[in-house]
Amino acid sequence: MVQQQELETVDININMGPQHPSTHGVFRMVLTVDGEKVIDVEPHIGYMHRGGEKLSENMDYRQGIGYQDRTDYLTQFLNEQAYCMAVEKLTKLEVPERAEYLRVILCELNRITSHLMFIGAFGIDLGLFGTSFMYAFREREYIQDIFEEVSGERMMYGYFRPGGVVWDVPENFVQRVREVLPQTKQGLKDLDMLLTNNEIFVARSKGVGAISAEDAIDWGLTGPMLRASGVPWDLRKDQPYSVYDRFDFDIPIGQYGDVYDRYLVRLEETHQSIRIVEQALEQLPEGPILPEKLPRKLRAPEGEVYAAVENARGEYGIYIVSKGGDKPYRLKIRSPSFSNLSALRTMTIGNYIADAVAILGSVDIVLCDVDR
Amino acid sequence: MSMPSAGINIENAWLDAFVGVIVIVGLMTVVVMALIYIERKVAARMQNRLGPMRVGPHGTLQSLADALKLIGKEDLRPATADRWIFELAPFAVFVPTFLAFIAIPFTQNLAISFLDLGLFYVVAVTGLSFLGFLLAGWASDNKYALLGGMRAAAQLISYEVPLVLSLLAVSMVAGSLALHEIVEFQGRVPLVVWQPLAFFIFIAAVLAELERQPFDIPTAESEVVGGPFIEYSGIRWSMFFLASYASLFIYSLLGAIVFLGGWNWPLGAEAGLWLQLIWTFAKTSLLILLFIWIRFSFPRLRIDQLMSYCWKVLIPLSFLQIFLNGLVLVYGWPHIFLLLTSGAGLALAGYIIARVGQTEPRKVRLIPVRGGRKATASLTAPEGAEGGSSA
Repeated sequence: MVQQQELETVDININMGPQHPSTHGVFRMVLTVDGEKVIDVEPHIGYMHRGGEKLSENMDYRQGIGYQDRTDYLTQFLNEQAYCMAVEKLTKLEVPERAEYLRVILCELNRITSHLMFIGAFGIDLGLFGTSFMYAFREREYIQDIFEEVSGERMMYGYFRPGGVVWDVPENFVQRVREVLPQTKQGLKDLDMLLTNNEIFVARSKGVGAISAEDAIDWGLTGPMLRASGVPWDLRKDQPYSVYDRFDFDIPIGQYGDVYDRYLVRLEETHQSIRIVEQALEQLPEGPILPEKLPRKLRAPEGEVYAAVENARGEYGIYIVSKGGDKPYRLKIRSPSFSNLSALRTMTIGNYIADAVAILGSVDIVLCDVDR
Repeated sequence: MSMPSAGINIENAWLDAFVGVIVIVGLMTVVVMALIYIERKVAARMQNRLGPMRVGPHGTLQSLADALKLIGKEDLRPATADRWIFELAPFAVFVPTFLAFIAIPFTQNLAISFLDLGLFYVVAVTGLSFLGFLLAGWASDNKYALLGGMRAAAQLISYEVPLVLSLLAVSMVAGSLALHEIVEFQGRVPLVVWQPLAFFIFIAAVLAELERQPFDIPTAESEVVGGPFIEYSGIRWSMFFLASYASLFIYSLLGAIVFLGGWNWPLGAEAGLWLQLIWTFAKTSLLILLFIWIRFSFPRLRIDQLMSYCWKVLIPLSFLQIFLNGLVLVYGWPHIFLLLTSGAGLALAGYIIARVGQTEPRKVRLIPVRGGRKATASLTAPEGAEGGSSA
């Protein structure tokens, strides 16, 4: 008699992160894999938690701006916009028109830089050896120079203030932006030609990590993630804030909600942002950049406000509870990365390990924004 | 055909072997260092960078500096690793690659050894290197390494089949398995003209064998972080590295000899030794540049796509190529039929890859927002969207 031994197979746990090249920061996911198939994902977050919401309670309304640069460090202007909008709502400050336009221009440029970062890094996630990244970063750098000229900072701008912006832009600002935009368009065209029709890029991203419109809404996804699933929800369109109701632009939406759609939506959004910037430059009025009667110390009445902007990643909201005085009693940040990341498990299970990387890349998380 | 005499002829067999080893290792080390430098420079040029610029003029000595650094590094071994397998695995990759070098002729009269079964020997020997990746992946006691090792084994064994079949198709036409005779056959027309489909299969399979983009799945940096090499450092890691660039050189050389006419086309066999050498290396460089170009312009395939590409596309096509060759050769039709049938096969391959792969790009739908409009729409499902227009 020959004794037959059955080979036993076991699922293995793979610890991806917090030190891993494609987790985009200190994110850790424990993958349970059966061969190459992912059968379970357990995300671990919190490595970047700095208690920013609590810290903001001890800062007055102007000091709190600095913290907004440090949550989503790729869309600093947009975060400052949300925070300033909340404070303005609370203290009933009127923002001069010129300041609104400057904010819109900088926010949309910021959206372009953020999406460029996504496109570059997404290429690396799919295994392109840095080429997309270098091209995206070259274009990003041109816009980054403008931000530096405007705010004097490379990363933590701190340029918006409740009521406007801290100082006026340099004299050649309009001309500089007009110079850079054609370059950005060319760069986007290059990236488009490198990636969008690339056989392998499409094969890797099409049909991967699809999430239906219902699921996307249920998980609280916002931004390009939601729009890729076919839901035309954009705060710039649906709850127009600032001066967004004065521009013509299109909201790109996807059809299947897969990784490829998310990429396409983001790529198209950069073109739309360029359109908005061009229109805003046309309409940019002269005038003050801060309200004339701005108190030296900003005091807010009692109350609760919520203000949200369409960040590059989704709805970035600030909820402030005030009990009077110059500091918020409680400040809560509704960060898009956190909500978008929550759907990771749904999207990843059943896919391959390589897809898990692509899906995580397509969420376009910023870990500082997830953990705050 | 008469056997040409080998370039190195020393009476004492041991001394002969020793000189051969010195030549191979010395030449390969220099070639690999040059290749690394060239690849970094070409990649930099493709990516708007300068590449290495610091060590030596235009960074020419960067590879040397890196090699010295790697030799000086500590040779780490994880405490839980399988000691002997872990330490021997680099040799299992390193040795087959260098063994292949023995049979490859550079010119009419220059080779370590002219083998009658040269082509067979080269593919047989290089096919062994997957064992090293598997051993390294297993012995490292690391899950990434294990995954990478398994991927390497699956990939290299699968792609060995179309590689061998494409070379078989070529040797059918040339009527020989000896590399120098295959080159002699290409005196007037290189074999790539008669066998474009086989050349395409060869390039695809070689990319997979070399584990370069788009087939760098075993060592995928963004997934398994280096795969089998993850626990290696210092000199052992550099042996893997050396072997990978040595195989790049050897496969390119093989492609240049088998498909591009080696030293023979278009100058003919009468050209001098140096001219032949230059011509062989020029063709090799062309293939190397092609591989570098591909590496920096394509993302990575997924493991299941890789396997289905091999078994469903490349292997049937290579059988088709062999069948067509058999048809033409048995009935003694003129060689132009080889070109016609193989070209049709290549067109078929292009059609299959483009159409069957479901990879036609999509476009997004654009929802226009017009200035002055105060929208109050609420969250709606896509069918509820109004004012949508196709892009």
